[in-house]
Amino acid sequence: MKISFQLNGKQTSVEVPPDTPLLWVVRDTLGMTGTKFGCGKALCGACTVHLNGMAIRSCQTQIGSVSGQRVTTIEGLGGNHRVQRAWMALDVPQCGYCQPGQMMQAAALLANNKNPSDDDIDAWMSGNICRCGTYPRIRAAIKAAAKMA
Amino acid sequence: MENMIKNEARRDFLKVGGTVVGGLTLGFYLPSGPRVARADGGGGYASPNAWIRVGLDNVVTIMVARSEMGQDVYTSLPILVAEELEVDINRIKVAFAPPAEVYINALLGGQITGGSTSVRDGWEKLRIAGASARMMLVAAAADNWGVSPGQCKAQDGAITGPGGRRTTYGQVAAKAATMEVPRDVPLKPASQFKYIGNVKIKRLDTEAKVKGTAQFGIDTRVPGMMYAAVAMPPMIGGRVKSYDDSRAKNVPGVKAVVQYSRGVAVVADSYWQAKKAKDLLHVEWDGGPNADLDMRKIWGGLEEAAKQPGAVFREHGNIDTGMAQASRTIESEYRLPFLSHSPMEPQNSVADVRADKATIITPTQFQQLIPHVVAGATGLKPEQVEVHTTFLGGGFGRRVEVDYAIDAAEISKAAGMPVKMIWSREDDMMHDSYRPAGIFKFSAGVDNSGKLVAFRFHSTSPSISARLFPSIVADGIDPFAVEGIDNFPYVSPNLKFTYQMHDTGVQVGYWRAVSHNLNAVALEGFIDELAVAANKDPIQYRLDMLDFSSTKHQWSGLSAGVPVGARMKRVLEEVRTKSGWGKRMPAGKGMGVAVMEGYNTVIAMVAEVTVSPNFDVVVDKVTAVVDAGQLVHPDQALAQMQSNINYGQAACLWGEITIRNGTVQQTNFDNYPVGRINEAPKVQDIHFIKSDATPGGLGEPGTPVVQVAIGNAIAAASGKRVRTLPFTPENIRAA
Repeated sequence: MKISFQLNGKQTSVEVPPDTPLLWVVRDTLGMTGTKFGCGKALCGACTVHLNGMAIRSCQTQIGSVSGQRVTTIEGLGGNHRVQRAWMALDVPQCGYCQPGQMMQAAALLANNKNPSDDDIDAWMSGNICRCGTYPRIRAAIKAAAKMA
Repeated sequence: MENMIKNEARRDFLKVGGTVVGGLTLGFYLPSGPRVARADGGGGYASPNAWIRVGLDNVVTIMVARSEMGQDVYTSLPILVAEELEVDINRIKVAFAPPAEVYINALLGGQITGGSTSVRDGWEKLRIAGASARMMLVAAAADNWGVSPGQCKAQDGAITGPGGRRTTYGQVAAKAATMEVPRDVPLKPASQFKYIGNVKIKRLDTEAKVKGTAQFGIDTRVPGMMYAAVAMPPMIGGRVKSYDDSRAKNVPGVKAVVQYSRGVAVVADSYWQAKKAKDLLHVEWDGGPNADLDMRKIWGGLEEAAKQPGAVFREHGNIDTGMAQASRTIESEYRLPFLSHSPMEPQNSVADVRADKATIITPTQFQQLIPHVVAGATGLKPEQVEVHTTFLGGGFGRRVEVDYAIDAAEISKAAGMPVKMIWSREDDMMHDSYRPAGIFKFSAGVDNSGKLVAFRFHSTSPSISARLFPSIVADGIDPFAVEGIDNFPYVSPNLKFTYQMHDTGVQVGYWRAVSHNLNAVALEGFIDELAVAANKDPIQYRLDMLDFSSTKHQWSGLSAGVPVGARMKRVLEEVRTKSGWGKRMPAGKGMGVAVMEGYNTVIAMVAEVTVSPNFDVVVDKVTAVVDAGQLVHPDQALAQMQSNINYGQAACLWGEITIRNGTVQQTNFDNYPVGRINEAPKVQDIHFIKSDATPGGLGEPGTPVVQVAIGNAIAAASGKRVRTLPFTPENIRAA
């Protein structure tokens, strides 16, 4: 079945079963591997992307439900997004595997909250697991990004 | 039979690899293979040695022979080379080295990333590699110019000589590779370091990791590649009895359903199709010998084994006489659970097995073993197996195991096509090699002031090395099972330590800091008990008992191997000051301390916790003072200590793998919590001792220290001495 949606600003069509998770469509069908598989159950946030600007878990989002909508992945964040600049300035990633999801989640936070407090960060970011212990730097980078233009 | 082949392969490897775990003298390995530049068809570069490729276009590539799993070898190791090679660290390229004898880790005897050894192993070797290459490049330029090398200077990838002469490394690289390898290679004094210890150096892999372009194993694509999802036996040691794939085969996109040693794999043209079809398989499992294994049996077995005398691994004085002289005897028993590694990237591997060749692309900590085991599994020869290492989405010891590479190779061979096998999170958590569970018994005889007169320790736990490196296990002692207490840092005139090996039926593996997490966690909890019993301040009690002379311990080859009493004193005194130790704490809050030497790094930590009336624990603050010698990349030394704290905190508060009906009960992050940002210690105050001593390891040693500092803080806050981990409300209440 042909499904069309906007991916990182480009109109995109795929021919896959409509129950295929968006995660595997972007990774396998479209070859964009920045979005990661971590748990398959929306427990870890590694697969976070934006759907119409909202942070969602792509492992739990069927491609059929995305038809006609706007999807942004880490590749579409542009590389110069203030979250990415803050992440680079603070050398946040260690292994780096969870970081695309962390950044997508953080970008959605800053889009809604210009100056997040520690409690805001806790509440918004607690769905994204990092095993390396980059949490102190994620917190600092979100605050740094909030101050950037 | 297959297992026999695999074991044979492992033994062969160990012969090739030489001595494992010995703290061998660091040596400089001459490059293997031709040293002469091959400008055409050879990649357009020349290699003065195995770590450096100087492009004829003047792009310098530094080969990293350790696996990047977050701990920063991708930058820290090139810093060592670049410091002496005189190249701009921000303009080099980095490539992961293939398996080769030249890249063997002298501290582990194999091309392994583990044991917090990467910088320790590379500290001299990689600087010598850089300096030696620089000398050869200078010699080539000097020879071209007819001047002496002493008249030339190397800087930023270029060489200058008398009369304004100038050339780039690239221009003389081909000639340099034919020059004699210098024998005497002087190294810079610390005062001249440009990169080593420089707080401003950034990680070289950050940009790729921030843009999402870093290639992890799971991101690998090769032409014609299919995706494999697997059904593995839920029971530990189970096997396929029979399977029905009639429904699975009909899922669109499915190319093959194949049985392999461990289970049944569905190969399809996308992972999702493979996974959907896998869910439709009907497999009858033979539960195997452990089908009715449960925690009651496991703990019962450990309790029985603990009654055995065990093997003595450290002893002096006479323990019986000492105990008889003591005015008081204090006994305790600690129980520590199985733990899962659970790196964020589930295990996966690409394998392309052909009739005469196999290619394995995989996130591994042990690339050198893979050709041998894949050869064993496929009937190929090790030299027919090519291995490529990707970035690792976490390792923590899990990827020292090569099981998933073997599985992918078997599946590729059976299906007759290149495959990327991806495990689900459930596959990963239920088929780990777990941190061993164990029972740790202490008995201390003390005098009237609380000072040790006799100290007895008896550990009962499974041996990891008995399976992975049997050649290093002798006379009932696995060196990796006694670390963290073999280097007992306190004075006791009479002392006896024993280890009783006991296989519980659960496969165990090296988990970040390995048995430091068992022995040192239990030990520092018990030392805290002794301080409380003596009515002494826990930091002062430790300071008063420090051993400043002993080097007697012989087993833990990765530890300092020299007296560390003075370093322990320093970190304890500094953590006392930095943490505000001794300040009055409100009800329900407490501070706890712990100290340890591991991997030649000495760490003291103070944890501050809040324990609620329901025994929920919040870690408010961790103060750490770390003496890791010279820091190569200070900002990432800090990142590693943050990482140690996070990993240890999650383990001690929530980590527990349990078995029922031979099956691991934890399956995903909902029933195996690993710590989230809102649960991390809000304040992590980490200090490094300024030092130019030989570097210690940093990937692991804080992991146990934070666990027991938290445990001791819980005792201070609640009065509950919790000797059964994790520190869950249930275990605290029961204490």
